[in-house]
Amino acid sequence: MIVRELELDLDAFEGPFDLLLALVLKEELDLRDVDLAGIVIAFLERLAEKEELDLEACGEFLVLIAALLELKARALFPDEEAELAELDPEEAAEELARRLAEYRRAKEAAGWLRDRLAGEGDRFFRLGPAPLAPRVETPLAPQDPEALAGALRLLAQDPPDVSLSHMALRFPPVSLFLERFRGLLRRRSRFDFETEVAELTRLEQASAFLALLELRRAGELAIEQAAPFAPIRVSRTQQENNAQSERTAAWTVRSA
Amino acid sequence: MDRPLRLIPADPLDQLARTLEALLVVASAPLSIEELAAAAGDDPERVEDALRLVGERFAEERSGIVLEHVAGGWAFRASREEAAACARLFERPAQRNLSQAALETLAIVAYVGPCSRPDIARIRGVAADSAVANLLERGLIAEAGRDTAAGGAIRYRTTPLFERVFGLESLSELPRLGDVGEDAAGIRDRLHAVAEKRSA
Repeated sequence: MIVRELELDLDAFEGPFDLLLALVLKEELDLRDVDLAGIVIAFLERLAEKEELDLEACGEFLVLIAALLELKARALFPDEEAELAELDPEEAAEELARRLAEYRRAKEAAGWLRDRLAGEGDRFFRLGPAPLAPRVETPLAPQDPEALAGALRLLAQDPPDVSLSHMALRFPPVSLFLERFRGLLRRRSRFDFETEVAELTRLEQASAFLALLELRRAGELAIEQAAPFAPIRVSRTQQENNAQSERTAAWTVRSA
Repeated sequence: MDRPLRLIPADPLDQLARTLEALLVVASAPLSIEELAAAAGDDPERVEDALRLVGERFAEERSGIVLEHVAGGWAFRASREEAAACARLFERPAQRNLSQAALETLAIVAYVGPCSRPDIARIRGVAADSAVANLLERGLIAEAGRDTAAGGAIRYRTTPLFERVFGLESLSELPRLGDVGEDAAGIRDRLHAVAEKRSA
């Protein structure tokens, strides 16, 4: 059987295989229109007619059909072809040379990797998935929506008023000390503040000091302090002094 | 004067070195300085110093275990002298029987990557599907996002395992490829000759 004389009856072509090849090579027939599977089937039918397998014909057919398949496959990728076809022959050659050079480099790199692998072939190391500690996750327990609503209801309520009674500071009334100091100054022209309040609690001392300031503001007495933190000396004002001496005189006269 | 009396029994750096040894012997992949520092609870500079100490202890011809700087981290491996014994018991599936097609594909991914199957096919002139699948299965390459172009083909890059199998500290250790030089010029001349004949 001579492969080239194989008669074909396809949609796009009718005639011997030889002619088909010639037309394809002359680019007078577009391979994209040719049903290559039809050619294979025609060949197999012819092959089946024979008693024994014609190995030589099979080999020749395989080579030819493989070449046709490759050409057709290339034709089916228009981008690649257009890219090259648009270039003039010189540019196309340049482009092909560039691609070949690129492939040459890839092969060279592959060669280096092969040598490296041979050189590093005696390196054994532990392999396997890295069993890193899992990140600690604390999943939420299954929740009851009713419980969530309950929690929210609780939050929505006004909190009870907090009693601050235990925190209240009980200041002794300032007026108590007003009277006390007035009384003191009636009997004595001057006194020492620290000595007077020495026996009192700190809160009472504070009240007493406020009373002192109040009296000073009203001009009922005078305050002296030699230096910061020095003893506070309290005395009658000049005016009070006079009034006092008058009262004393009156009292003396009356008692006399 | 004599050295002052040491009240602390172990040198603190030596203690850190022991911690690093423990971490490295458990690890199945190289550990970075940062990972080691975080796990040991020490600072990276001291970890580097301690690694030097570990490296002196675990060196070729001194120990069956060797410390190596590989794939951007530190790892223990068997010493080369013991490779024969290891080979009798252990297989190395990642690097066994790498075909020429697989090596070429691997080379392209290593040098050009991340790149897609079409990129590889363009350079090699044949489809790269089976070689890529093979390398993926071996764990030498891994997916690395998609092409931005339409179609968005999956792109691939080499893995730390690749660097480890080939004994590379990093990809930058790959040699620069020499110019193909005369070969390229020869190819070009032949192609020009063909082109002239065709256009004539």
